[in-house]
Amino acid sequence: MSGMKWKKKKSENNSKSRNSLPIMTVASVFVAVFLGMMAYICHYSITHRQELINNSYNGRQQMLIAKNVRGRIYSRDGDILAETVTDSEGTERRAYPHANLFAHGVGYASNGRAGAEAIGNYYLINSNAPLSQKAANDMAGEKYEGDSLYTTFDVKLQQVASQALGVYKGAIIVSEPSTGKIMAMVSKPDFDPNQIQAFWDELVADKESGILLNRVTQGLYPPGSTFKIITALEYIRENPDTWQSYNFYCSGSLVDGSDRISCYHGQSHGQENLARSFAKSCNSSFASIGLQVDRLKFHNTLEGLLFNKGLSIGMNHSKSRVDVSGDSTNAQMMQTAIGQGTTGMTPLHLNMITNAIANQGSVMKPYIIDRVENSVGTVIKQFTPSAYKKIMSQEEAEILKGLMQGVVEEGTATRLKGLSYTAAGKTGSAEYSNVKEDSHAWFTGFAPAEEPEISVTIIIEGAGSGGDYAVPIARRIFDAYFE
Amino acid sequence: MELYITELSKYVIALLMALYAYEAFAVFRFGNERRRSGIYTRQRFLMIAVHFSCFMVICFETGEMSYLFFFAFQQIVLLATAALFHVIYPGADRLIINNMCMLLSIGFVMLSRLSYEKAVKQFLIVACSVALALFIPFLIQKLKFLKNLTWVYAAAGMAALSVVLILGSTTYGSKISYSIGGITFQPSEFVKILFVFFVAGALYQSASFKEVAVTAAVAGIHVVVLVVSRDLGSALIFFVVYVMMVFVATRNPFYLLAGAGGGSCAAYIAYRLFSHVQIRVQAWSDPWSTIDSAGYQITQSLFAISSGGWFGLGLFQGTPESIPFVEADFIFSAIAEELGIVFAMCVILVCLSSFLMLVEVSLRLKDCFYQLIAFGLAVTYIFQVFLTIGGGSKFIPLTGVTLPLVSYGGSSVLTTLILFAIAEGLCMVRRDEEREEQWEERQRKKAEKRNELEIADVWDEMEEEKV
Repeated sequence: MSGMKWKKKKSENNSKSRNSLPIMTVASVFVAVFLGMMAYICHYSITHRQELINNSYNGRQQMLIAKNVRGRIYSRDGDILAETVTDSEGTERRAYPHANLFAHGVGYASNGRAGAEAIGNYYLINSNAPLSQKAANDMAGEKYEGDSLYTTFDVKLQQVASQALGVYKGAIIVSEPSTGKIMAMVSKPDFDPNQIQAFWDELVADKESGILLNRVTQGLYPPGSTFKIITALEYIRENPDTWQSYNFYCSGSLVDGSDRISCYHGQSHGQENLARSFAKSCNSSFASIGLQVDRLKFHNTLEGLLFNKGLSIGMNHSKSRVDVSGDSTNAQMMQTAIGQGTTGMTPLHLNMITNAIANQGSVMKPYIIDRVENSVGTVIKQFTPSAYKKIMSQEEAEILKGLMQGVVEEGTATRLKGLSYTAAGKTGSAEYSNVKEDSHAWFTGFAPAEEPEISVTIIIEGAGSGGDYAVPIARRIFDAYFE
Repeated sequence: MELYITELSKYVIALLMALYAYEAFAVFRFGNERRRSGIYTRQRFLMIAVHFSCFMVICFETGEMSYLFFFAFQQIVLLATAALFHVIYPGADRLIINNMCMLLSIGFVMLSRLSYEKAVKQFLIVACSVALALFIPFLIQKLKFLKNLTWVYAAAGMAALSVVLILGSTTYGSKISYSIGGITFQPSEFVKILFVFFVAGALYQSASFKEVAVTAAVAGIHVVVLVVSRDLGSALIFFVVYVMMVFVATRNPFYLLAGAGGGSCAAYIAYRLFSHVQIRVQAWSDPWSTIDSAGYQITQSLFAISSGGWFGLGLFQGTPESIPFVEADFIFSAIAEELGIVFAMCVILVCLSSFLMLVEVSLRLKDCFYQLIAFGLAVTYIFQVFLTIGGGSKFIPLTGVTLPLVSYGGSSVLTTLILFAIAEGLCMVRRDEEREEQWEERQRKKAEKRNELEIADVWDEMEEEKV
């Protein structure tokens, strides 16, 4: 009897076993939430460190600038491209030994920042100098030495490209298809970054020539006939087995209703297949392809080729734009297929597509900073090539490469024929005004065609035809590279 | 020389703190306090080492050796706290006290670095609060009528909050403090504890739908008054604590769902009704677009958290003072900037360890009233930690509550010390329970023996009858 009573009392009072499950549940949920929060804080703070320190509302940047001397910027072979010079009174000045040559590539660090000075700002204002050196600096009352950037820029190629462009406005980008390293980046008109503070107001006021604009990454140009690479890709994609039997008779122009597309200088190319249409850059033939392709599929191909979207490359850039949809009219399709109409591309973007063709269909992420070193040459951070996106299949890349070799062998870029190296490419003469003679000269291509090591994309504003003006520049750059 | 010390100290401090945090979890491997005592001794050593290293750096950076005296006073108070609790309440849990002292010392370090004046003020408040807190475990253990004051807690709590709403002074848009004789109080801090007692008192005997409904109404009044006072952080804490306690008391997951549903609706209504709620949410979802107004605090906090890296910039090497109210609401960001992410994560782990210890206390208790209190206080504590750290790191919207024991703020630190002292009191209650159980066990065994003897007698008698 009494034993029964004990048991009953116990179960009434014993909340331990009754409530432990809900308590444990709540505790586990809190532990899980906290682990998630900790992971989030670690990840966020480490991955956003650079971005946040570059924010102009972050006072810590000024703190670092006051503590460290801004580091140097070097070319790939160790030439100084930018350094901070301190005079006897302790005033700091940023010096650019090559003056105008790297105006856009290296950029500037006062009145805002641009180029490598902007991209690598975080590293330049930080110092990983050895402690012994910092201690010595402390004793002497000096600032610490900031870390240095080694860029991917090649001074010789940059010089050749810049001289070749001469007094024309335009842009040239030279890169390595297999890695995405940008070896040269020229934009004209340019300026002397040593004088930037003195001329700043003038440069900003001059809206028309856009001197501060880096035309390689921010200039949007009608791609003209270079866009035929993309139209050809779409045709091959839609007709993988029959594209070789494509046939067109060119009489100098193509008429659809009231719209007419003419070939360059009204030339008639006669009977031609796809390869010949491409080599001769036949507008009529490609306008006809533009009418044949499926508009929705073409839209998807263009999205896949990185049109109409920002590139995550860590550089200021404009978005290339193109408008093809199910609603596109015939007239629009004919214009778009030959790179005219509302289409606009940056030289950088065209170079990335060119690199994909040279690199079995995949684009490497373009970059200009190879590594960061501290004041005694210890590597603090090494940047490695990374794949950006596979934008076409290996077969498609091979076919396009063949078409581009044809341009050099028997088409509009024969000035690159018969040299010590083989080249492949596509020319363009993009009309940008109503006056028929005014056109931008384009060339995009690579060499050697078999195992591409170098690619160039060139635009010369208002020069004339690509074959006459842009191809010779490509040749000078290739010559300098293979010399 | 200085440079070497400050550089080296960064790693030493992080390492010592990491070891402490490890020990704070290693404790849970052992079931009883006696086997844990080695860990507690090591923890105390690590605590002093972290505290001392930080103050050495402060001395070097400021060039003022007088900070060492300040350090000494702090250490005396902390050591005395730990020793007194241990001597007066030998059976009480020492991990809670160790963690409490560790967090207090981190608070002292950061406040000394941010504002000497505030650090001294905080130190004096802590010293007095500890003296007060020493009596609390005794009261919890002895005053059995605490179980019967349910409606007193509710009335006192609602009165205190309402007084602030009507008479309180407005600071930066929130009516949360009230001054008596020159001393400013933030009643919502203390009411948190009263509220836990109220809910435990109302639900420990029976948690039928009727009781839940009545307590829900009272909890609702608390929350609404706080929302109208614009103290969103406290309002959220009351709400979550209430839902969790109801879930445990009823063991019915339906109340969790109902709480989540009701909470979402209430949050939505509050969002539509109050512009200050909208501003908070917008500042959370995209602080960058309002970086010079509503998003300023949170972006400055993010700058601080991200600038330190794993091992921090070192004390006095960063600029945490650029965050408005850094010493109260954003102390965690200042820690992350100057002492590093590793150290900051260890601070979170120490908070989590304290929470688990409170949960352990509640799991051990047999009496439902005390169990609910231990659990309610555990949730109160950890959810506040979650709000302040999550808010400062943009994990959740910012609500502006303090990091218990670390942040500057008298009401906050006093409340948390009372909270931890109550937990110690609950440990004493548990000890009494154990003694009672042992006594009962003995009684039961005696009774059984007596029964056996009686049965044996009966058998004997029957045998005799047969014969």
